[in-house]
Amino acid sequence: MSTATLTRTPAATQERGRRPRRPGRGVLTIAGFLLPALVLFVLLVIVPIVVAGYTSMFKWNGFGLPQNFVGADNFTRAFGDPIFLGDLRRGGILIVLSLVLQLPASLALAMLLNQNLRGRAVYRLIFFAPYVLSEVTTAVLFMMVFSPGQGLGDTISSILGATGGAAFADPDTVLYALFLVISWKYFGFHMILYLAARQNIPRELTEAASTDGANPWQIFRHVTLPLLGPTIRISIFLSVIGTLQLFDMVWVMTSGGPIHGSETMAVTMFQYGFRRFEVGYASAISIVMFGLSLIFALFYQRLVMRRDVEGALTTRGVQR
Amino acid sequence: MTHLARRSLLGLAGAGAGALLLGACGKDEPSTSSGPQTINWWHVSNTDPMLGIWANMAKEYQNAHSDVTIKIQPLENEAFKAKLTTATQAGAPPDLFQSWGGGVLKQQVDAGLVKDITADVQPWIDTLLPAAVQPYTIDGKIYGIPFDVGMVGFWYNKELFGRAGVTAAPTTWAEFLEAVKKIKAAGIVPIALAGKEKWPGHFYWAYLSMRVGGLAALKQAAADNNFDTPDFVAAGQHLKDLVDLSPFQKGFLGAAYTAPDGQSGIMGNGGAAMELMGQWAPSTEAAQSTSKKGLGDKLGFFPFPAVDGGKGSVSEAFGGGNGFAVGKNAPKSTTDFLKYIMSADNQRKGTASGSILPTVKVAADAIADPNNKVVASSLAAATGFQLYLDQAYAPAVGQQVNDSVAELIAGTKGPDKIVKDITAVAKSQ
Repeated sequence: MSTATLTRTPAATQERGRRPRRPGRGVLTIAGFLLPALVLFVLLVIVPIVVAGYTSMFKWNGFGLPQNFVGADNFTRAFGDPIFLGDLRRGGILIVLSLVLQLPASLALAMLLNQNLRGRAVYRLIFFAPYVLSEVTTAVLFMMVFSPGQGLGDTISSILGATGGAAFADPDTVLYALFLVISWKYFGFHMILYLAARQNIPRELTEAASTDGANPWQIFRHVTLPLLGPTIRISIFLSVIGTLQLFDMVWVMTSGGPIHGSETMAVTMFQYGFRRFEVGYASAISIVMFGLSLIFALFYQRLVMRRDVEGALTTRGVQR
Repeated sequence: MTHLARRSLLGLAGAGAGALLLGACGKDEPSTSSGPQTINWWHVSNTDPMLGIWANMAKEYQNAHSDVTIKIQPLENEAFKAKLTTATQAGAPPDLFQSWGGGVLKQQVDAGLVKDITADVQPWIDTLLPAAVQPYTIDGKIYGIPFDVGMVGFWYNKELFGRAGVTAAPTTWAEFLEAVKKIKAAGIVPIALAGKEKWPGHFYWAYLSMRVGGLAALKQAAADNNFDTPDFVAAGQHLKDLVDLSPFQKGFLGAAYTAPDGQSGIMGNGGAAMELMGQWAPSTEAAQSTSKKGLGDKLGFFPFPAVDGGKGSVSEAFGGGNGFAVGKNAPKSTTDFLKYIMSADNQRKGTASGSILPTVKVAADAIADPNNKVVASSLAAATGFQLYLDQAYAPAVGQQVNDSVAELIAGTKGPDKIVKDITAVAKSQ
C-alpha cells in the first residue's frame, strides 16, 4: 500500500512537468510525512486484522501453521456459546449503567465545579486524579481496599451493613462492584470533558436567558445542555467503545470470575487464546469484537455525530 | 502453577524483548555440525535463587566447552507461554525450553516442534524418578527431562487441628468430612481456597476421581474423551458433600492463591486449618504471611484420604513439576548440556536452595526442609502418579476441568452436569 503511493507519485509529477511544480511537490511532501505513520498503521493495525480474520476460519491450537479449515464454524460456535453470549449481555449492562449513571453523574459534577466554589481547583484536581492511574494500578488498589476482612473499604462497608469486598466474590454482584470501580476511574475524565465544554459556552448566552426570565433549570435544559451536545456525544462514544474492549481491570481484579460473572469479550478471547490454546476460536471472538466496535463507530458517527463532524456548531454563526 | 511459576514481573526487567529478536535472527546454524553452536534457552525461573543457579551452570558449561554459547532468556510464566506460541508459529522454537509435559507437550510434538531425545538420554535416564519422567514420555518416546517434581497433599495447621480436637490426620474421606465439621464447630475456617484461580479447586475433583476410579479411569477417560462415567460423577458428589459443609473462607470465590489475603496468605497467617496444595505450599505460605515465616513447625502434611469402596490407593500421588523440552532445530550439544544440568551435583544445588525437589534420585539427600522431605519420601514411595489434569490433558480440556469444578464448588452446576460439559469439550478436540 505504502510503496504504491511512493512509486506513483514521481510519475505523476513528471506528467505534469510543465505545470507549476508546487502541487506535485506538495503530494510528495505529504507522502513523505505520511509514510512512517502509514507503514506503522499497516504493520500494526491492518496486518493483524487480516491475520486474525484468516486464523478465525481455522481450528488451530497456535502451534505450527493453521491447516484445519472450518469456515464460519468458530463464529457460529461463538453465537451459541453461553459464555460469549453472557459477555454480550454483561457488556450491554455495563454500557447502560455507564450511560444512565456514570455520565450523568460526571455531568452534574462538572456543572457543580463550574460554579464559583471555594477551592474548586482542588476539587477538579482530586476528581480527575483517578483517571491518571493505569487500569492495573486501579485494580490492585481496589482489591486491597476491598480485601475481605482486611481492607479499609471492606471494614467500613461491613459496619454500614453493606456486603463490601464479598461483592467481588459473588457471581451475582461482581459486575456491579466492577462498574463502581470503572466509574471511579473514568468519571473524572468525562467530568473534565464536560467542564471544558461548559467553559466554552459564552456567558452572554446564559445571561441573556436569565434576563429573559429563565430559571436555572431552564437555562441548563435549553441553553447549556444543547451546547454541550457535541461533547456529550463524543463522551458517550468513548465510553461505549471503552466498555466493549474492557480487559485490564477485569483481568487483574477477578480474571472474569467468579463463574464468568464479570467476564468480558476480551477476557474470553484471552482465556481461549492463551489458556485453552484454541487460537482459531479466540481469533473469531476478536473479529466479532472488532466488528461490533466498527459497526457501532460507523453508525454512531453517521447518525449521531454527523452534525458535530461536519462542524455544524462552528459554521452556523459564521458567514461563508 | 508451580512454585517456579509464581508471578513476578521483576525478572522481565532484565530480559528485554530485543534479546529475543536477536536470538531468533541468529539461529540458523545447522543442527548437527560440531562447529560453534548456540543454545537458545528459555526458562521461567525468573527470580533468584534459580535464576542465578541456571546462569552459573550455563557459565560453567561454556567455560568447559569453548564452541558452545548459551543464550538464556528468563521469562515470566504467562509471558513465556505467549512468546513460545509466537515463536513456534514461525516454526522456530527455542532450543531448550520450559515444559510441564502432558497435553501441551503432546500438542508441540504433534506439530513437529520438539525433538525426540530418547536415544540421547538413554544412558542416564535411570538416574531419574520414573514418576517424574512419565509426563514427558509420549507414545513411549521421551521429549523432555524434568528437573523438579512434587505432589499435592493436605498441608495442615497442627495447632488449629488440636484446638478443634482433631487428633489424627484423616485417612478416609468420611473421616475427613467429620474433621471439617469439628473444625468448623470450633469456630475455625477449615479450608483455605483460591476460587479466583481455578486450578487449586481442580485438585479436589482430580484426587477424588483418582481415589474413586483409580489411575486407570483417568487414563481411560483421556483415551475415550469421555468423563461421563459413574466414577467421575461419584467423585463430584463426594466434592459436593464437602462443599455443602461450607468449609472455605469468606469470599473464597474471589480469592487469589499467591496473595497476603489469598489462600497461601490465609494459611501462613493461621487463618485456616488446611489447604490442598503442592510441595511449594510451605515456602509460598511463608512469603505471603505477615511474619514472612509462615507456620514453621506447626505445619504438617497428610496425603489425600482414601474413599471407601474406591478403586484407587492412597499411595497414588497427584502432582507435577518442571522440565525442559528440546526444540526441533536444537544443536547437538543441547542434550549434552541437559545432561550436565541434570547431574547429581547440579540437582543438589537447586535442591539446597529450596526451589526445587530433585528428580535425580541420589540428590534427595540435599533436601533440607522437613516438609519437603515428607513430600519427597511420599513421592518416592508412590505406587502410581497422575499429572495435574490441567496439564495432562489438552489445554482446552484441562481448562474446562478447572472451569467446571469451579462451577461445582460455587454450587451453580451439579456433579452429573459438569462431567457432560468436560466430555463435550474433550470430544470437540
